[in-house]
Amino acid sequence: MKRIYLILFLLSALLASCASVDLDAPVPTFNTGVDPNAWATVSAGTFFHGQAADPASIDYDYEIMVTDVTVSQYVHFLNEALTNRTLKVDSEQIVGFYPGDVFQGVKHEIRIDPGNYILVPTNDPASRFTFNGTDFSVKKGWENHPMTNVSWFGAWIYCGYYGWLLPTELEWEKAARGSKDDRPFPWGYDIARNIANFYTSRDPFENMSSNGSLTTPVGFYNGQTYGDYSTLISVSPYGLYDMAGNVWQWTGDVYEGMHYRFMRGGSKDTYDMDLRIWVRNNATPSYYSPGVGFRCARKP
Amino acid sequence: MQFIKDRINYLFKSTKGLILLAIAMIAMETAIFGMLSGPMAEIGIRDFVIRILRMDLIQAEREGRIIILYHSISMAVIAIETYMITSLLKMKEFYKTAVRMFITVGYLFVMIFGMGFAYWGHNWAFHGIYISGLALIFFAGVLLCVALWPWNKEYVITDKDYAHTKRGLDVERMAFFATALTTVISAIFGAVPGSFFGNGFEVFLAENIIRLPEKTPMQYSIIGHLHIMLALIAIMITLIIGRWLNFKGILHRVAMPMMILGTIVLNLGVWGVVTPLEPIAHMIIYVGATPSMLAALLLLIWSWAKLIRDGTVQLQKPTFGQKLAALVRDPLKFGPTWQMLFMNFTTSGIGIFMAIRLDKIFRVWPAREERIELTGHWHALSAIIATIILMYYGDMIGLKGKIRQLYGWLILIFSDTALAAVTIFEMKRLFISEAGQQPLVNWLMYAIDFGLGLLLVLLAVVMVWRLIDLFKKKGRWSEEVEQELEKEVEK
Repeated sequence: MKRIYLILFLLSALLASCASVDLDAPVPTFNTGVDPNAWATVSAGTFFHGQAADPASIDYDYEIMVTDVTVSQYVHFLNEALTNRTLKVDSEQIVGFYPGDVFQGVKHEIRIDPGNYILVPTNDPASRFTFNGTDFSVKKGWENHPMTNVSWFGAWIYCGYYGWLLPTELEWEKAARGSKDDRPFPWGYDIARNIANFYTSRDPFENMSSNGSLTTPVGFYNGQTYGDYSTLISVSPYGLYDMAGNVWQWTGDVYEGMHYRFMRGGSKDTYDMDLRIWVRNNATPSYYSPGVGFRCARKP
Repeated sequence: MQFIKDRINYLFKSTKGLILLAIAMIAMETAIFGMLSGPMAEIGIRDFVIRILRMDLIQAEREGRIIILYHSISMAVIAIETYMITSLLKMKEFYKTAVRMFITVGYLFVMIFGMGFAYWGHNWAFHGIYISGLALIFFAGVLLCVALWPWNKEYVITDKDYAHTKRGLDVERMAFFATALTTVISAIFGAVPGSFFGNGFEVFLAENIIRLPEKTPMQYSIIGHLHIMLALIAIMITLIIGRWLNFKGILHRVAMPMMILGTIVLNLGVWGVVTPLEPIAHMIIYVGATPSMLAALLLLIWSWAKLIRDGTVQLQKPTFGQKLAALVRDPLKFGPTWQMLFMNFTTSGIGIFMAIRLDKIFRVWPAREERIELTGHWHALSAIIATIILMYYGDMIGLKGKIRQLYGWLILIFSDTALAAVTIFEMKRLFISEAGQQPLVNWLMYAIDFGLGLLLVLLAVVMVWRLIDLFKKKGRWSEEVEQELEKEVEK
């Protein structure tokens, strides 16, 4: 008899682990009051770079988005760029032109020739937008969340469409850390669960029994209280939000002998250690994920 | 006073006392520092432990702390293996005493002062003692090589059951010697870059630089060092288990030369990563790993055949079921080789699959996913080695009857449940999307926590029992003071 109970328990555990996740479950909506169209100016000068806080310098001023690009902003771009034929539908993905990388033939390097590459998939249920064959629209409740399921090509082409660029890793790091100290996080030296969106940070969007960790609206951690959930101010010295956690952010560097593109900032899916400013992640430029987004930079 | 003297004498001078002390140190360290990561961090225990123990943790130094933590646990494991070797193999008493003295002081320095330095502020005197500890262990390794010198005429063997040359050179002893010698040399591949980067106070974990196309020889040296040291610990425990079970016969004669060949070629491959041979180093490593793994397979075949033969000796024509029952009758004898087989699922299999499909699958995923596979599979190998040691230890302390069964099977069930779940967790992206993974991840985490947690509870029970035993006048410890493993080798 005991064996039957054991088998039943194991079977139910197996079934529970295979249970599908409702990716279209409703999410709470919050107005963070942070403007996703805002830019911050980072002035030229020295700062501390990397884990060992080595002195580094950027000798020009630049501007960087205060928040990640939102789903609304990206959907607007997709509709506009599809209409004016900058982009096109190819099978079940939106593609755009990328001029290619110089191929060095280094071990593990993959050739990226000039051509059309994926920006976003059109049929991935984890995407926060829908596509009816001609138009994109934002899924309800995700308007002010960071754009995800976007490849590096998708981020690069978006920024380029408006005459901007993806920030280099150095630009990203300086914008996150400021120029005065060697802080590990954009807001300072310590981390708390209610200062950034990371794995098991227990924000109102997280449900570890079903969906797991989801994105939070851009600028969510600004000291506001949402219902009974109070946040701390996570802003970086230059006034940027979400430079740690929420989504990994594509950066613009293309390194010699390597097709990988680098991401910074950690995400909703990683432990707090990955939120430290110097931590790097990378993937092939066609990779997309519900945990990866981006922001743009520009010269003033 | 005599009370304390007797116990210290047992813990620091007898084989079984030394092994008990090292296991207890590892158990304590694992219990305390295991609470700082993974699910323990998720449920808030990490913050509580940091506060209660007044740890001083700086974000930028996390990698450095982890490096010292790994070293401190592995030094105790190496000490345990050394105690086993010095008790199982013949050697001059002077060497035996000297090796044990240096390695014991060494690993205790490393564990106590290394961890003190890493987790409780930066007392540089502690760091110096930590480095001294590592140096003492290195010196103990050199002495062990001298002690094992297989060409010494005292160690000539003529028994045809055991691998030996025409001149009587003990090939098994040579395998022990080759493994010890290459371990000492491979330690240098960690020590040199350790000093290089340590002096600049820069630390990195190898898994974080895997995708960089250009690595410096120092970086390659670290990558090679961590791979080979764990492989050598695994090879050494295989040799130890073989000696304990009294591996012999034709399979022994075939396996031992393969073990030597595999160990040497494997090491040459790993050392080659810092030379111009780097482009073909992996191929050399595969070539070296194959005979080593085949030798372990031969041990497994021999040992399982023996368990079946011994367990069915009273039966004229044993059925398959009776043979199977005989095979698994004693979990402490069956377990170590089963774990070696299981290792192919959690470590070697994953490693080979990753190597074959690296660019097609694993390097399409983000680096953080690849890191999970890398760290997961060598954590699994480390845990398997630990369980093998614990099973040998169970036999060593004379567990019998139902307790023996319970102890052996619980180790196997707990560890294999956890490690199977770890392996599925590592490979989950092959069969489930990122957005839909959470229910599966939850169940896998339950299995991992259940397995590893209860394994630690089991270990804690054994340690508490042994602690209580130390307070008894005629406890088990008093019998173990004089016991040597050589005398307990299977007949």
